[in-house]
Amino acid sequence: MRRLKELIIEKTILLNGFACIFFVVLIFFFLAKDGLALFRTISIRDFLFGQLWNPIAEPPQFGILPLFLGSFLVTLGATAISVPLGMACAIFIGEIAPRWMRELLKAGVELLAAIPSIVIGFVGMTMLGPMVKNIFHLPTGLTALTGSFALAFMAIPTIVSIMEDAISSVPRSYKEGSLALGATHWQTIYRVIIPAASSGIVAAIMLGIGRVIGETMAVMMLTGNASVMPRTILEPVRTMTATIAAEMGETVHGSEHYFALFALGLVLFAITFIINLIADAALHRKRK
Amino acid sequence: MVEVPLGKDKIVVRDLSIYYGNVAALKNVSFSVKDREILGVIGPANSGKTSFLRAMNRLNDLDLSSRVTGSILLNGKDVNREMDAEEVRKKVTMVFALPLPLPMSIFDNIAYGPRRHGTRDKKRLEEIVEKSLKAAFLWEEVKDRLSSSAMKLSGGQQQRLCIARTLAVDPEVILYDEPCSGLDPISTAKVEEAMFELKARYTQILVTNNVKQAARVGDRIAFFLMGELVEIDEADKIFTAPRDKRTGDYITGRFG
Repeated sequence: MRRLKELIIEKTILLNGFACIFFVVLIFFFLAKDGLALFRTISIRDFLFGQLWNPIAEPPQFGILPLFLGSFLVTLGATAISVPLGMACAIFIGEIAPRWMRELLKAGVELLAAIPSIVIGFVGMTMLGPMVKNIFHLPTGLTALTGSFALAFMAIPTIVSIMEDAISSVPRSYKEGSLALGATHWQTIYRVIIPAASSGIVAAIMLGIGRVIGETMAVMMLTGNASVMPRTILEPVRTMTATIAAEMGETVHGSEHYFALFALGLVLFAITFIINLIADAALHRKRK
Repeated sequence: MVEVPLGKDKIVVRDLSIYYGNVAALKNVSFSVKDREILGVIGPANSGKTSFLRAMNRLNDLDLSSRVTGSILLNGKDVNREMDAEEVRKKVTMVFALPLPLPMSIFDNIAYGPRRHGTRDKKRLEEIVEKSLKAAFLWEEVKDRLSSSAMKLSGGQQQRLCIARTLAVDPEVILYDEPCSGLDPISTAKVEEAMFELKARYTQILVTNNVKQAARVGDRIAFFLMGELVEIDEADKIFTAPRDKRTGDYITGRFG
């Protein structure tokens, strides 16, 4: 009887574990089925490198290059803002702050993660947009840079909490070994702790980027949504995620446009998959 | 390096007490360490041996709940009030119980200290690395693979690497916190041999759980018990005719 119970529990857990993987595979096939259907009428080359995204033109244009570059610019900007900020924050929390402040800051950072993206978009629209517009004397404040700022704040909690974990899991003996040789606290952080935590730091950055690329709502509200080839970060852009969100409702099921959006989703899936793979590889290297 | 005549006091400890929160780890201890001697510190667990070592090079500063009263004088200067922590730690270095090299190459491990203290010249660093490794009896074993990771060395080699690492910063005092607790007898013998060789230049304090080791290498022995210094004397006297009964009991293995 007891063994039967064990067996049932064991199998249930196993089943749940497999279900997770099964769903991911299912989602991938679903995306691939409709996404790849696009390439019956349009060449992969035109899709990936076409400079015009205009589904309602005659004939419709499905070049995702402007969308890809839009996502790329916003992500690049967000990374450039969030990585130094997040890293400094993680080092402060993990190494410098006294214990009571450490707990306070960690709770604060986790709270930042809990803010819904629509709220960040809302704040960005009313505060950040006008600020960017005034500072850079632009016709509109809804630019890639505005989106980058908002997304940076969404990536920071991910970056900080994973980096902080990596930094505090560096063995105490490394720190003491370095200090016992007369190195200063900062020398110890810079020369011993950060190198020892480097794999976790890389993983934190990659997962932060993954978070930013997939984000939809805030970028849709803040980047101006112009599907043109961006030249600078101070112009309106349109990201891949925002395109799918904005256009999905108005496509006809089974149309070329419908398939194109699925193909776009497939590209997005591939990008986040690769990023997660890199993060995973970095974390794995550490365990060895 | 301040020249103190041989046999004179290098370190003077006065009324030293160490508290962690409200618990006293060391209670009103006073004694001195002579220049270029090996002082063996013995005593059972919780006797305050390690706390004393960590106070010596101010690693206790890292523990915010710790508090030190009384004074430790190095060459007549108070380490807590007249020197800053980095200065103290450069002159009084420590070899830990677990031989833990930093996660970098053998060369970089040794050069780590000198580099942090401003030595940039590659030639000079190479000299220091060779000299330190030779002094720690490790040179012959690693000279052909200085650029490989220090993590790949055996336990005994790692511990001698840690000794070489402390020598590279040109200290005056070397503290050992149970340096051979994780080593086999042959590696232990090599570490002890290195300590003998280093007597010519350095004052050494060896905290050990191994009474026999203290007898082998110590010039003088201090016996700590429950945070008190029970007795400090020449090794010969301690091991043949201890003044305190508790010392005799501990040495002969009646407790601890």
